[in-house]
Amino acid sequence: MEEQRMKTELKSLAELRPVTQPLEGEMVVNMGPHHPSTHGVLNFLLITDGEVMHKAIPHVGYLHRGIEKIAESVPYAGFMPFTDRVDYLGAMAANQGYAMAVEKLLGCEVPRRAEYLRVVACELNRIASHLVATGTMAMDVGAFTPFLHWLREREYLNDLFEELCGARLTYNYMRIGGVGYDLPAGWGDKLLKWLDRFDVIIEEFDRLITRNEIFVKRLANVGVILGKDAVDYGLVGPNLRASGIDWDLRRDDPYSVYPKFLFDVPLGQGYRGQVGDCYDRYMVRIAEMRQSSRILRQALYGLPEGEVRAKLPKKLTVPPGEVYARVEAPRGEMGFYLVSRGGESPYRLKIRTGSFTAMSIVEKLSAGVMIADFVAIFGSLDVIAPEVDR
Amino acid sequence: MTHEEILAHLRQLPDILVPEDATGCPDLTVNVPPESLKSVALACREDAALGFDTLSCLSAVDGGDRIEVVYHLTSIAHKHRLVLKATLDRTDPEIDSVSEVWSTANWYERECFDLLGVRFRGHPDLRRLLMPDDWQGYPLRKDDVPPAEYHGMSTSREDPLKTPSAPATEDAQTS
Repeated sequence: MEEQRMKTELKSLAELRPVTQPLEGEMVVNMGPHHPSTHGVLNFLLITDGEVMHKAIPHVGYLHRGIEKIAESVPYAGFMPFTDRVDYLGAMAANQGYAMAVEKLLGCEVPRRAEYLRVVACELNRIASHLVATGTMAMDVGAFTPFLHWLREREYLNDLFEELCGARLTYNYMRIGGVGYDLPAGWGDKLLKWLDRFDVIIEEFDRLITRNEIFVKRLANVGVILGKDAVDYGLVGPNLRASGIDWDLRRDDPYSVYPKFLFDVPLGQGYRGQVGDCYDRYMVRIAEMRQSSRILRQALYGLPEGEVRAKLPKKLTVPPGEVYARVEAPRGEMGFYLVSRGGESPYRLKIRTGSFTAMSIVEKLSAGVMIADFVAIFGSLDVIAPEVDR
Repeated sequence: MTHEEILAHLRQLPDILVPEDATGCPDLTVNVPPESLKSVALACREDAALGFDTLSCLSAVDGGDRIEVVYHLTSIAHKHRLVLKATLDRTDPEIDSVSEVWSTANWYERECFDLLGVRFRGHPDLRRLLMPDDWQGYPLRKDDVPPAEYHGMSTSREDPLKTPSAPATEDAQTS
């Protein structure tokens, strides 16, 4: 059916506010959108005086797909694959956040086994995501070998996920009211064998780069974010914890069956520099992988029998209401603000992501920093472009 | 603090005009008149017992006849949450910016302006964030119609399923 389209006058680009005019003696260097060190399609306008920047202006929106607008016309159950694409490295957490939001409004209870499977999936995903994050951080500062080693480990994880739900990256594993599939036969044993191997290999990470003098010199005391700035700028996840703020949604705003598990929350302690520098953000992610492995073992040993999905009608109609459900994704708090007015689709869905606020602090961090250090800072913040743009 | 304690504490603070709680939501929601939103936000952050030191989410909802701006506050110190809502007139939605209260509001408000057209008074740099700088219209509004073309690129295409076509022939095998 033909729709009425308006032809509107477009403003000429020259009339737009000149934010990026360089002063005398400065130059504007474009970093991105195609760039090996920006993780995703992001653009920075670097206003520099030689190698030292005066400021870095982020331009986002290259990956804006209108996911929130799409949510308003897609049925509730059918929106799950879209949440995968909000953060493709932490897709399980996104799935879980959305499912939790809808379940809260429905008043639906998730079976115990499904909750445990959700935790297993999310923690496994967290390890996979941190492997990529630390690997790319190392690659950005010039250490190419760790990235290959980390990704080799991640291949085993991808194989496990493929056996579980059929996909290596965008899983669409969770459903409203539970998870999509039960564990295949022998999957738990495979995972335990891999965990035994991983606990040894994570020590290999230490031997490879963590104490490497060049790696430390590139990252320590670079990009320091003080704790109060981190809270003020809305940082979440490992970025917030590396600045010394003890806040983890799994422990402080608990959801699912996380209260049943024993795990530590690693904090930045100024391991080789100040608290809140890039090296702390790296160390916090490595420590979180160890904790995820711990949670995985507990979840597998305590896995109850039962169904994996609550019985819900095929055509879901959610009663009117609003809810804000949040999960601890690998990049921090992922919140789903869901407004329902009855009906089969959300009335409004807002997705709050950790990378969005991490991007917003980049401009503040970039004054007086060399471009090479800027690459290290941006790599340590672990920003994923689709999370910023949705 | 429980919901009742937070509410009782909010009612005691000066400069707050008539906060009412909205029932029916799992989160404690308080409706605030737009003129006093910034002072309420400041009080929420400054007050020691409330201690809402971080703004978790700032979004706006096109409610058909009004636009609601929703603030989700979190207290890291006390581990509780609060939702502030301000209802704005849809024809001219304007409200004070809270980017001085929480710096993270800077980008959230830019996103609200970009996608829903809410103007934030006192914002240091209110311009589009996700859409291109010269985009016309506010995409998340319910009555938004995308333009027919953007810089010569058409925004519509023929529906390939509807085009009448001859039966497809098998292509020669490509190597």
